[in-house]
Amino acid sequence: MAIFPLRIRDLRYQPNGREVLAGIDLELGDEGITLVLGPNGAGKSVLLRTICGLVQPSSGSIVWGEEQGACPAQGVMMVFQRPMMLRASVLHNVALGLKPLALSRREREARAMAMLERIGLADRAADSARQLSGGEQQRLALARAWLTKPRLLLLDEPTASLDPSATAAVELIIREIRTDGTRILMVTHNLGQATRLGDDIVFMSAGRVCEHTAVRAFFARPHSEEARLFIQGELPWRMRFPGA
Amino acid sequence: MSSLTTTVSDALSLLATFDHAVAEIVALSLQVSGGAVALGTLIGLPLGACIAVGRFPGKNVLSVLINGMMGLPSVVVGVVVYLLLSRSGPFGGFGLLYTPLAMIVAQTLLVVPLMAAITRQVVEDVWQRYAEELQLMRFSWWDSVTTLLYDCRHSLLVAVLAGLGRAMSEVGAVMIVGGNIDRATRVMTTAIALETSKGDLALAIALGMVLIVIILALNALAFALRHWAMRRYG
Repeated sequence: MAIFPLRIRDLRYQPNGREVLAGIDLELGDEGITLVLGPNGAGKSVLLRTICGLVQPSSGSIVWGEEQGACPAQGVMMVFQRPMMLRASVLHNVALGLKPLALSRREREARAMAMLERIGLADRAADSARQLSGGEQQRLALARAWLTKPRLLLLDEPTASLDPSATAAVELIIREIRTDGTRILMVTHNLGQATRLGDDIVFMSAGRVCEHTAVRAFFARPHSEEARLFIQGELPWRMRFPGA
Repeated sequence: MSSLTTTVSDALSLLATFDHAVAEIVALSLQVSGGAVALGTLIGLPLGACIAVGRFPGKNVLSVLINGMMGLPSVVVGVVVYLLLSRSGPFGGFGLLYTPLAMIVAQTLLVVPLMAAITRQVVEDVWQRYAEELQLMRFSWWDSVTTLLYDCRHSLLVAVLAGLGRAMSEVGAVMIVGGNIDRATRVMTTAIALETSKGDLALAIALGMVLIVIILALNALAFALRHWAMRRYG
């Protein structure tokens, strides 16, 4: 099943009448890194969860390639801000991503080991995953997702609460995943990261996409008042939550 | 007071001389309760995890039922198993009544709800945190169950210990289906009840001491194992 172009039309999510996604229109091609920016409560994470099928939209459509419908069974992965770490070794946690595939345990572990070498955690393979630092856990989660060779990778603030050095290590892996041919849609609050990593920016506010434009254009000439105020760190809370 | 001292002293000398009758009863108790807990682990843990992970009609009713059955009176289970295994019962042809196997069956029925209920609670808490990621990784329902059981393995020691405690301390069910036959189906609890009624308190107290030591030792082992696992795996 083709995944791209991914077309999202008038996507709405209104749990208990509260408008979290208020008619999202978005189109993604098959290459690059798109950063989703916006204030807290803008609906960024919900958008990612809706795309991968964890949240059922109230209305609207998501068209994968030429087919409208649910998220494809293969090819879409998501890494969360606080990824799952089983009480097991680093190697076991990475190989977990391959469990649903009909591979022998030896094959799964060989592929996981190769992946750990690629992300620089091979020497920690036998350690407990829960004893890794936050940055290392996030690299592990990226490796687990990468191992499944996704066509689209959704990242929900993967570097939140990481120090600059750990953030740089995670960003390096994200770039490598992109070079490997994976399309990335990533939520971040880090404007510096947006300029370093992104090809284009989706700016959201109050459940809507206010802008979808190239990174340079976004920071040089934001079209919407919300984006301009957000970049300057002055977006008033009433504009974030108009219903409040 | 002197009677109590004499009884305890006799009990200790029975243990010190490694009395053959005591050893036989202890061995059978461990065999029966160990067998029941092994079967209970094989049935109760996956059952609890399946209820935690599954989405099916009647899930809440089943959870309440399992929780309720944790306090099932052992004599009731004993009577039911007796009826099933007696000559006129549906499984009477197997000739299991008054054998250690019948006692294992009865104790298994007692420990499965307890182990399943504890497992359901432990696994459900973890499932709520992992569900989305496992769903995204396209884990099948069974793959999720096995992954969660593996992840909760150290916490689930509590379920196994609770089952073992229940099995080793119950008397009603094994008395009914085992018959408390000397050198055949006499276990520690039934022997304690019998010897007390006969007035042989020394043997009853000796068996009681062994029972308590075994349960404490197993708990200490489980505590140490869990402590090690928490340090090793977080």
